[in-house]
Amino acid sequence: MTEVIYILWLRQLQHYWRSKARLLGSLGQPLLFLVTFGFGFGPMYARASGGGNYMDFLAPGIVSMSILFTAVFSGLEVIWDRQFGFLKETLVAPISRTEIMIGKTLGGASIAMIQGLIVLSLTYVLGFRIPSLASLGLGLVFMFLIAVFFTGLGLTIASKMKDMHGFQLIMNFLIMPIFFLSGALFPLENLPPAIYFISRIDPLTYGVDGLRGAIAGMSVFGIYNDLAIIGSLSILVCAIGAVLFSRIEA
Amino acid sequence: MIQPLLIEKIVSGSAMQNILSVQSLTKKFDDFTAVNDISFNVEAGSIFAFLGPNGAGKSTTIKMLTTVLRPTSGEISINGFNALKEQDRARASFGIVFQDHSLDDELTAYENIVYHAVIYKVPKKERSERIRKALEIVGLWDRREDYVKKYSGGMKRRLEIARALVHYPKILFLDEPTVGLDPQTRNAIWNHIRSLNKERGMTIFLTTHYMEEAEAIADQIAIIDHGKIIESGTVEEIKNRTETESLEEAFLKLTGRDIRDDNVPGNKMRTIRGMRRRTRR
Ligand SMILES: Nc1ncnc2c1ncn2[C@@H]1O[C@H](COP(=O)(O)OP(=O)(O)O)[C@@H](O)[C@H]1O
Ligand SMILES: [Mg+2]
Repeated sequence: MTEVIYILWLRQLQHYWRSKARLLGSLGQPLLFLVTFGFGFGPMYARASGGGNYMDFLAPGIVSMSILFTAVFSGLEVIWDRQFGFLKETLVAPISRTEIMIGKTLGGASIAMIQGLIVLSLTYVLGFRIPSLASLGLGLVFMFLIAVFFTGLGLTIASKMKDMHGFQLIMNFLIMPIFFLSGALFPLENLPPAIYFISRIDPLTYGVDGLRGAIAGMSVFGIYNDLAIIGSLSILVCAIGAVLFSRIEA
Repeated sequence: MIQPLLIEKIVSGSAMQNILSVQSLTKKFDDFTAVNDISFNVEAGSIFAFLGPNGAGKSTTIKMLTTVLRPTSGEISINGFNALKEQDRARASFGIVFQDHSLDDELTAYENIVYHAVIYKVPKKERSERIRKALEIVGLWDRREDYVKKYSGGMKRRLEIARALVHYPKILFLDEPTVGLDPQTRNAIWNHIRSLNKERGMTIFLTTHYMEEAEAIADQIAIIDHGKIIESGTVEEIKNRTETESLEEAFLKLTGRDIRDDNVPGNKMRTIRGMRRRTRR
């Protein structure tokens, strides 16, 4: 059981380490966002919030963003496995579909965590400081839960997709809105009702809020509420994924 | 505790004689019927060749037998397990070499095989020895650290076969395993498969376009065309019934000399008149 999960996990990390271009490329976007938004909106944020530091607000948001994208991509990689024929190899093996789901979720989540940690260290260079080791520890918990949830979501979607044709659709109508309406970039205040509603059913909202509460001391819903919500959503999405994986055809 | 059903099987013996039993198996893709109500049995310990022109429905059948595709209707029993309901136990009973690519190009040959050995639960102690043996049989031991993306088509095929040999399944499915390989390699592979069959009693279920291979190795043959089994028996029986001298002649007589394209959706068959159909070489 554990060795099967380990080998599934290992394969994903091998893929990750070996494609240095992907590793570096995926750091470009968070860095760009940190610099342009950080310096661009900094003064405005300071005025609006009565002297607040925008980097403190933005850093947890951008860390969440990099985890979101890396995790979703890792999950969607299953579609490539299907197209290149490798998915069959795993699916005909005498292993439970739950093991496959757990191994792949942990693999994708680990990569997303590494990516998130790299971005977190970039924010340090840009002046962001975490108050204590305890808050760093709590922050890591939130980063991991965001990673698990969105890898699981990617896998769940991938189990229903035959090829990459629907990819743009998913990015533009699901992942991008999840990112922009999560409060990663700006506070979710004074929004029109429709947008407000969407932001409240956006799972990333609670991940970002929890992470921000943990490492920057700013939380709207309260850290423990965030923890409960993103934690139970992670379990839920993995359970759904395992069921869908048991019906998958290669 | 032994279940009553199991005792019955042991006592009568008959239920375990057929390691694979297929009843009224049908697969429809939308309104196109790729496999049409076929039934057959494969005896434990035998070598069974499943032959047919391109697009006849061989791969679709193998995919259903190996739980990759869900049948539209029908029953499959592998090693006494219902392949539709007891999928995990059925999966533990077979190995398969697919017709199309199923390697991870971003891993090395060795990593691909280790991955396989782990998910098929090959005991840790035996792993490195079995992997070495399998890679030696296909002549890839010295190239084991290469990435698969650097392999030629033939090397990839050999690696897929080696991979299927590291766990010792009760029944091994081989979907056109030797296409594109040189005679030396084909020979080495068939010799090894034959010895697995003899020494371990491993049942072999294969498809091939090389009629002389099938004639040389198979105990039982079934010929499928347009999703229907049109002939089955030993090579001798088939030659007698068709009044031909070789399996190749019998095959051509039964399936006609028109050339088929596989994977033409909708209606799968195109005929080119006046050209003689030849097996791929
Ligand atoms: N996924 C699919 N969707 C639609 N048609 C398919 C699919 N897979 C196979 N077919 C069709 O089913 C028929 C049998 O294919 P296949 O089993 O691959 O033939 P063989 O292996 O005997 O060459 C072919 O006409 C093929 O085009
Ligand atoms: Mg085929």
